[in-house]
Amino acid sequence: MSKIKGAASAAQRSEVMKIAVSSEGPGLDSQVDPRFGRAAGFVVVDTESMATEYVDNGASQVMAQGAGIQTAERLSSLGVGAVLSGYVGPKAFTALQAAGMQVYQELDGRSVGEAVRCYTEGSVSPAAAPNK
Amino acid sequence: MRIAFASGKGGAGKTTVAASLAVVWPRPCLIVDADVEAPNLHLFLQPDLDAAQAVYLTVPELDAEKCTACGACADMCAYKAIAMLGGKPTIFADMCHGCGGCFEVCAPAALNRGQRELGSLQWGRWNLNPDREQALLMGKSRVGEAMSPPLLRALERAFASPACKDAVDGPDILIDSPPGVSCPAMTTARMADALVLVAESTPFGMYDFKLAHAAFKKLGLSLTVVMNRAGMPGNQAGDAALERYCAAEGLPLLARLPFDMQAAEGYARGNLPPLGPGDNGRAWRGRFESLQQALCRWIGGQPWPDLADTAQQPETAAQTRAERLCDGQGAAEARHA
Repeated sequence: MSKIKGAASAAQRSEVMKIAVSSEGPGLDSQVDPRFGRAAGFVVVDTESMATEYVDNGASQVMAQGAGIQTAERLSSLGVGAVLSGYVGPKAFTALQAAGMQVYQELDGRSVGEAVRCYTEGSVSPAAAPNK
Repeated sequence: MRIAFASGKGGAGKTTVAASLAVVWPRPCLIVDADVEAPNLHLFLQPDLDAAQAVYLTVPELDAEKCTACGACADMCAYKAIAMLGGKPTIFADMCHGCGGCFEVCAPAALNRGQRELGSLQWGRWNLNPDREQALLMGKSRVGEAMSPPLLRALERAFASPACKDAVDGPDILIDSPPGVSCPAMTTARMADALVLVAESTPFGMYDFKLAHAAFKKLGLSLTVVMNRAGMPGNQAGDAALERYCAAEGLPLLARLPFDMQAAEGYARGNLPPLGPGDNGRAWRGRFESLQQALCRWIGGQPWPDLADTAQQPETAAQTRAERLCDGQGAAEARHA
């Protein structure tokens, strides 16, 4: 069962060019920010060239409500196909799904570079439900 | 006259003061539980409650066939209740504040009017005073509902309605407010003519009291203070600091309700201090009767009564307004005279 699921996610992954990792800092050495909607920022990685770009998320951090939805909108407008984070709330998850993005959760506690490696090696599976 | 009881810090004594005053109020009054996220007045006043009436907010629902994905609704929404995702609007009804702006800007009329349940309103009658029944109105937020101001506005409409005026025998409304200084507390304070800040003289209580004063004074309401848990062992400095603050800010301090373990134990069992047993209950009843009189005189206007002169009747022109407010009592006294 897990093999079939892994194969499906690998097939989906091959189409994804850009992934966004919630991050406490601007580079691959930075720690994954466990929060999605109120993450400090995102390291956006092109999985072909491995070029990185940092997207500040400060405007969403200070929102009274709707931080996760706005963050999903921001990443969607950048053409991101998959999101790697720690915990994703129900509204953010719905928003990411509506935008057609895959969600990978519980990748906190490591560097952004390590999280990207988990993704490219296929050792993590996309989430089917929010974990917060 | 609508009198709200508020505090910065939760647990300062709003409910105790509001409910105890309702018990000793000299004529029938309506008591309103506006702490809709955690209503508890009914635990103390033990009303017979009518069936709950659900309250709804109008929220948008998308008609995907009519939608042209122009994005006008998402641009209009300040609360992210509508977001353009994957090239089409996604509606998050939980986030909607009910302003109705999205309906106005939707050119193809692709938004239908749906409903989100906010919570309920419940009327009740209580008779802890055996000689009479009094009315209670309780707002109760739906579990999982994040916003209370729309429900609070429905609560206000209910107690401002002609039906309510018919059902309640007097014009006085005592409102137990939500704690804090954010939207629920401010929304409730705006319904009131006068606001009583119940303050606790602990460091935490003092800090939140100052926040509350700073926030509420901007509403242009009449503000007064009741110190609760005064004389707590080892906290003379806290009591003095609260008194100094009130004096410096021109806030009338209408009562210093003492810290009393017997009252606290009774409260924990759901008993209000003025209804406690023996001398202790009688002492508390006296304190709240004095506070009620001081409150009515204060509402009538300056000079503000202090604790020392709660037995005196200030002779000012404004006194007549105070008598109107408390005319049940005033008229009774006049008849005796």
